[in-house]
Amino acid sequence: MTPFLLNQLAACGIGLLLLLAALGVPVSRLSSGSRLIYGSCALVCSGLAAVALYALLVPGSGTAAVELPIGLPLGRTLLALDPLSAAFAIIVNLATAIVSIFAIGYGRHAAEPQRVVPFYPAFVGAMNIVLLAQDAFSFLAGWEFMSLASWALVVSEDRSAGNLKAGLVYLIMATGGAMTLLLAFGILAGPEGAYSFDTMRQTAAAGPAAIVLALALIGAGSKAGLVPLHAWLPLAHPAAPSHASALMSGVMTKVAVYGFIRIVFDLAGPPSWWWSIPVLIVAGITALLGVLHALMEHDLKRLLAYHTVENIGIIFIGLGLALAFEAGGLPVAAALALIAAIFHVFNHSLFKSLLFLGAGAVLNATGERDMERLGGLIHRMPVTAFAFLVGCIAISALPPFNGFVSEWLTFQAILLSPQLPQWIPRLLVPAIGATLACSAALAAACFVKAFGSTFLGRARAAAANTAVETDRWSLGAMLLLAALCLGAGILPGFAIDSLAGVSESLVGAQLAAQSSQPWLRIAPIDPVRSAYNGMLVFAMIVAAAVLTAIVVRRFASHGLRRSPAWDCGFPEASPVAQYSSSSFAQPIRRVFGSVVFRAREHVTMPKPGDTGLARLQLELHDIAWDALYDPVIRFVNVAADRLNAFQFLTIRKYLMLVFAALVLLLVIIGAWR
Amino acid sequence: MIRGWHTQLAQIVLVLLLAPLLSGVTRKIKSRLLRRRGTSVFQPYRDLLKLIRKEAVVAENSSWLFRTAPYIVFATTWLAAALVPTFATGLTFSAAADVIVIVALLGTARFFLALAGLDVGTSFGGIGSSREMMFASLAEPAMLLVVFTVALFAGSTQLSSISAHMTGPGVGLNISLALALIALIIVSIAENARVPVDNPATHLELTMVHEAMILEYSGRHLAVIEAAASMKLLLYVSLIACIFTPWGTTVAGSGAVAYAIGLGSYLLKLAAFGFMLVVFETAIAKMRVFRVPEFLSVALMLGLLGVILLFISRVPQ
Amino acid sequence: MTPLDTDIAHLLAGSMVLVSFLLLYQDRMFALLNIFAVHAWVLAFSVAWQAHLQQAPHLFITALIALVFKGVFIPVALHRIVVRLGIHRSIESVVSVGPTMLFGMALVALSIVVMLPVTEAAGAFVREDLAFALSIVLLGLLMMVTRRNAVGQVIGFMSLENGLVLAATGARGMPLVVEISVAFSVLIAFIIIGIFLFRIRERFDSVDVRALDMSRGESP
Repeated sequence: MTPFLLNQLAACGIGLLLLLAALGVPVSRLSSGSRLIYGSCALVCSGLAAVALYALLVPGSGTAAVELPIGLPLGRTLLALDPLSAAFAIIVNLATAIVSIFAIGYGRHAAEPQRVVPFYPAFVGAMNIVLLAQDAFSFLAGWEFMSLASWALVVSEDRSAGNLKAGLVYLIMATGGAMTLLLAFGILAGPEGAYSFDTMRQTAAAGPAAIVLALALIGAGSKAGLVPLHAWLPLAHPAAPSHASALMSGVMTKVAVYGFIRIVFDLAGPPSWWWSIPVLIVAGITALLGVLHALMEHDLKRLLAYHTVENIGIIFIGLGLALAFEAGGLPVAAALALIAAIFHVFNHSLFKSLLFLGAGAVLNATGERDMERLGGLIHRMPVTAFAFLVGCIAISALPPFNGFVSEWLTFQAILLSPQLPQWIPRLLVPAIGATLACSAALAAACFVKAFGSTFLGRARAAAANTAVETDRWSLGAMLLLAALCLGAGILPGFAIDSLAGVSESLVGAQLAAQSSQPWLRIAPIDPVRSAYNGMLVFAMIVAAAVLTAIVVRRFASHGLRRSPAWDCGFPEASPVAQYSSSSFAQPIRRVFGSVVFRAREHVTMPKPGDTGLARLQLELHDIAWDALYDPVIRFVNVAADRLNAFQFLTIRKYLMLVFAALVLLLVIIGAWR
Repeated sequence: MIRGWHTQLAQIVLVLLLAPLLSGVTRKIKSRLLRRRGTSVFQPYRDLLKLIRKEAVVAENSSWLFRTAPYIVFATTWLAAALVPTFATGLTFSAAADVIVIVALLGTARFFLALAGLDVGTSFGGIGSSREMMFASLAEPAMLLVVFTVALFAGSTQLSSISAHMTGPGVGLNISLALALIALIIVSIAENARVPVDNPATHLELTMVHEAMILEYSGRHLAVIEAAASMKLLLYVSLIACIFTPWGTTVAGSGAVAYAIGLGSYLLKLAAFGFMLVVFETAIAKMRVFRVPEFLSVALMLGLLGVILLFISRVPQ
Repeated sequence: MTPLDTDIAHLLAGSMVLVSFLLLYQDRMFALLNIFAVHAWVLAFSVAWQAHLQQAPHLFITALIALVFKGVFIPVALHRIVVRLGIHRSIESVVSVGPTMLFGMALVALSIVVMLPVTEAAGAFVREDLAFALSIVLLGLLMMVTRRNAVGQVIGFMSLENGLVLAATGARGMPLVVEISVAFSVLIAFIIIGIFLFRIRERFDSVDVRALDMSRGESP
């Protein structure tokens, strides 16, 4: 396949997605219209993923860009699949294809499909435009298009006041983010205004690269959910229909990560040694705060959204390490850290999509997102429970699943930090390693809570007692994602090897080929130093468990008696008295809470002798929200009130305003000269 | 290679057989220190056999997870224990899993045990799971920081390489290693539900953590979980022995005499550490639950301090 | 010096940092005094070991001073004062233990970052000794800043001073005269602060330094 044809195919795929979006408007009113659109989305996305995989595996096959005669008058739209674009295109399209399969079943339950169906393919197409764009204009156009389409999905289902507020916050954050990216590209483009990436790489930037880093961190970070710009995620992601939530949380945040990598690693030139420091600090705080907030949530989808913040932190830890190593002249270590980050991007897109789909299935079956009203669903929805459990294990970074492998790689990169030439990163990196370890342990607690209070125990409300298993399409999609989680966990060598082209093009080095390692193990630096064999670990766990089960079956008593729960002799009859998700998180809240959330408990006790109820009120704060968002919101409100007056002026006054503006501009020009 | 396999196999069987004995010995010593006669050191084996012969009573609303979790817990703990070199280094699986994997495998076991505690929907199970995960959220990072210290010191995360480096030249008294050792001991105490964090012998429900979590188990399931718990204790003792007292350990493939020495010195170390553990346990009272996070955060701090101070004396590999 | 010699010196100096952290962690009065005694003992051993290594007999006197005055006399005296004045047995901190300890870690990292590059030329041992000493000084200061209680602040000050002595012995030994004067100045400071405590006790019925702020007309 010639390179030209490959990119042509990818561009056609995007065109098809946009066509589907247009088609979605009339078709979605038909009875099986949504299935048609989602099914076609699944097909087109798998095609795009296949094309991207080919571009990634065959070096040089996707570099020659396709030029489309649309765009700014000065330039044309350039689309190409270079290794970085191809890697992210695989990640995005693979997850999207599977989520679309889920949507085939899930979409049937939508009350107003015409509010969701047209925007879904548009959203997917926009993400692909961002990934394939090779010039700043189409990148930004795709970025904005992506934001708008996803905003439409956020406000599609629930039009309560809270949800509209979520949509508004999201829109403001998205515009702000796009604005900073625009400025970043403006600086990178240089005085000549070279907007294609190729020329940007060659021309010197118009401003200091530090500003580019800051702008990229804010612009991409606000989309990805870096603290303190994360506060919109837990509002907006859960508000959308579950398949769209899965895309926003599992996939769109990855497009933001792509934007950061593209700007900082590719376009901004060689990094200075201190660049890694802000990135690492922000990433470490993000990882820790994200998981702590997730632990405090009892809304299943909000919990997942907050947990995305944690994973974005982990990914940015990897990226920060890569920056540090690249600046320190250690390209192989930089390649390791970068590959760890991108592999985690891939893994997170799988298990976060899986978990959101599981939450969607639960929501569909019970109408509940609140974990305090769920419970015992493992009996009524066994397959969903199994798939969700796999997702929980994978996201908690437990072997033999995929989340563990990428964190293991990150730890290996952290352990290379003494080779760094500067003292500050050398000492900072182990401290970041400690936060990473802490957030990994807290993630396990978080998902014990999520799975335990949703699927285990007894049903806390009637809705959970009458749930039925979801449809086959949805189950198939979830099981497929679960299988991929396991597959990526036990065969990580293939993923690492296929990312070699990415690290070669960005940091100028690649890891030793893992396919040459015996027994499918991975050894990123040196087998004597560290190695991991997911396949063997998986096989050993299965073998040991089966062996134990056989031995116990053979020699143990076979008697099994079902009886009421023991519970030290005093089982409570009411399922409401079970350990709830808040009580599960209470010890951790007591340990971390007073500092991190400024948690306050108010206990109102009735007077002695009074038989009234005692009340326990709990107050939690998101520090970022209080410190950053509230002032901004207040300012915007006040400013909007003031500006409101401008809507009711006479024509003469409007003319006067225009005139004044004109005169002012002329004065400025005059003074400038 | 073949020798490596033999040694690995021997190790897998050895940890399985030895684990209850270690529990029995510590119980015996503890009884003697408390001026009781105590049960035989082989009592844990008898307990396991007794449990296995009994019928299993399962709560009415328990799910498949409740009945599979014991086996998963046992399998992951067993695998983790088999990966720590006991009497010989250079095991075949050393190349498959380093010490970070061992920590994570124990995390998998804990994850399933905590889920099993929540499965029946009783309050004791919930309290146990919740507290266990709270302890783990501090103990696991502390453990990983110990791993960082040792790995940065030895330039490897593989226990065989670390052990070899520790016996080699150029390793003297080092403040970081001392801090790491203290932190590792604290983590071991917490992870194995020993006094002062938890009491393995308690029957007062509100003070239990680990026992509360497995309260609903009985019969063969309980036997499997108990076996896993004793294996975890053996694992931690072996880990301390392997990293901090690597003397006498042989390398897979050396002669019979070396094996005998390795095995003998390993048993000696087990006995010594078991004795020290019991002395410490008898000398101290159990903490309140919310003192435990402070106790564990000491381990976390020591681990972090260990990593930082590592940079003072020498720049590690 | 054999490797074992330097290892022992390294271990003793490192233990002082550890004991400084224990001081920072401890919130009970008598335990704090005991730990301070341990701090002084470790210092004494460290100085004595230096004396042995450097063949400098006058350093043994320094070690003896540390042992007798700071390791025995001052803790015992403070213990008596606390008992006699009936000072509250737990020490209030301005900031809770966790963040204080984390900040302490950052200070240790900072002293490494500051010290190691500027002492490239010096011998390996002097470098690490100075880095340890600076950490101890900073931790002592941190303790003085975060403790409300006057006794806690006194201990913080003296642990800071121990750090200075460690630095002085590590850097090729300090003349004995200076050492004695340092010890005396500490003793005098201790006496003054001791009297000060009595004064506070008479006038404000507390040894909480917030009481002093109030007398200046500031709000607590």
